[in-house]
Amino acid sequence: MPILAPIGRIFLAFLAVVGRVTIFAVKTLVHCVTPRFYFRLIFKQMCEIGYYSLPVVAMTTLFAGMVLALQSYSGFSRFSAESAVATVVVISMTRELGPVLAGLMVAGRVGAAIAAEIGTMRVTEQIDALVTLSTNPFKYLVVPRVLAGLITLPILVFIGDIIGVMGGYIVGVNKLSFNSGSYIQNTFQYLETLDVVSGLVKAAVFGFIITLMGCYQGYHSRGGAQGVGQATTNAVVSSSILILIANYVVTELFFVR
Amino acid sequence: MSDSPKISLTDLHKGFGTKKVLQGVNLDVAAGESVAIIGGSGTGKSVTLKCILGLLTPDSGSIKIDGVEMVGADRKTNEAMQAKSGMLFQGAALFDSLSVWENVAFGLIEGQGMPRKEAHDIAIKRLSDVGLGPEIAPLSPASLSGGMQKRVGLARAIATRPEILFFDEPTTGIDPIMGDVINDLIVKCTRELGACALTITHDMASARKIADRIAFLYKGTIIWDGPVADVETSDNPYLQQFISGNTEGPLDLDLKHL
Repeated sequence: MPILAPIGRIFLAFLAVVGRVTIFAVKTLVHCVTPRFYFRLIFKQMCEIGYYSLPVVAMTTLFAGMVLALQSYSGFSRFSAESAVATVVVISMTRELGPVLAGLMVAGRVGAAIAAEIGTMRVTEQIDALVTLSTNPFKYLVVPRVLAGLITLPILVFIGDIIGVMGGYIVGVNKLSFNSGSYIQNTFQYLETLDVVSGLVKAAVFGFIITLMGCYQGYHSRGGAQGVGQATTNAVVSSSILILIANYVVTELFFVR
Repeated sequence: MSDSPKISLTDLHKGFGTKKVLQGVNLDVAAGESVAIIGGSGTGKSVTLKCILGLLTPDSGSIKIDGVEMVGADRKTNEAMQAKSGMLFQGAALFDSLSVWENVAFGLIEGQGMPRKEAHDIAIKRLSDVGLGPEIAPLSPASLSGGMQKRVGLARAIATRPEILFFDEPTTGIDPIMGDVINDLIVKCTRELGACALTITHDMASARKIADRIAFLYKGTIIWDGPVADVETSDNPYLQQFISGNTEGPLDLDLKHL
């Protein structure tokens, strides 16, 4: 069957990539818990990933919260449930929109930058130079980025959650004429710790995925500028898809009983 | 142990898929000796060097440094070898994210754990050794010319006072005058350190100047090996065609792919 052969080849190639990414991830995790640690580089990457992504995440979550308030008010007014707007905004932001939107924005900004930087280092022999200078490229390049992603994404998402809820509040009070005090009361009345914690766990998972895929694609880039460009695209696309898949998996782990 | 070669390659093989790049490379480099491996593009020069540096794993054969087998060696053995060697890459391979002095001092700070202040002072001295002033120390490597980048790369290679120096196409991509400056610096640094040097190049002027001995690599094997003085008088037709630059001769030149 000539049609089956190419399908089989694609499937085998897919399995090979999954295997390589898994080995890369395991190797990264082992290096994350064994010395030597480059604390200066971890801090630098935390600034790159967290601090410099803050404006993008803040803008995204602010407008997401504002739109969510408008949309939920418009929908809920059909069955006189307008008072649920604040609750819907805060639960949606903490559980879903905060982590997913921040994850996707950081994937575009940071995942691409990591892949481009490490990819350029690969094709210009800088990674080979690290080895000849008795430095493990995994510990020096990959681990600081992955640890920084793991640590900073939850912080970013927590800030994004607050800004998103503030966006809902601004629209709710100024545009939809909610009473300020009752909006705030409704915001916290049904909010549970698990809502926030699940979002922060998602953020840590997304931080791992974004930085891991950026490093993996950059580390294995080949063929000069074109290869680096391809690695950058692959990093953003693969981490975005994996974020959406991981989002479902984590949601099911937390909320399906 | 003292009269054993510093670097010894025996029957080294390396292939990528169906393409056999190295097909039995044999070469010894003595302590304090400078050897240049010459050959055309795609003959396996870079692959040989990468195998010695541990960046590629050979399919078979032996690589001994100071009598210690490096093929299949553990991490500590590899690190010990890297600690006593320095490498100048073809494109210098300077780290973009670090300043010039941090590049030079990298092996001292990260490899030897030297304090940054002390490493900075040594980096300035090494930059001076290659004819560069302290004013370029805080600059980014990207702001330097190709020749200056090569000199910074050389300063980085000699920063830890290595016993073995590797040079990958040291004069490629720079003008002939700067190429000569680099060659002189390589000779000066190698002599001062008393190091053994292995250079891969297709620049015959560079090979004649840097090396005591030349090994000619063709189709993955060394087909001629001898003192620099014997190159011109060699009756090896392959070597003669290579150094004369003729397209007519026994060398199997696939010009479509050059």
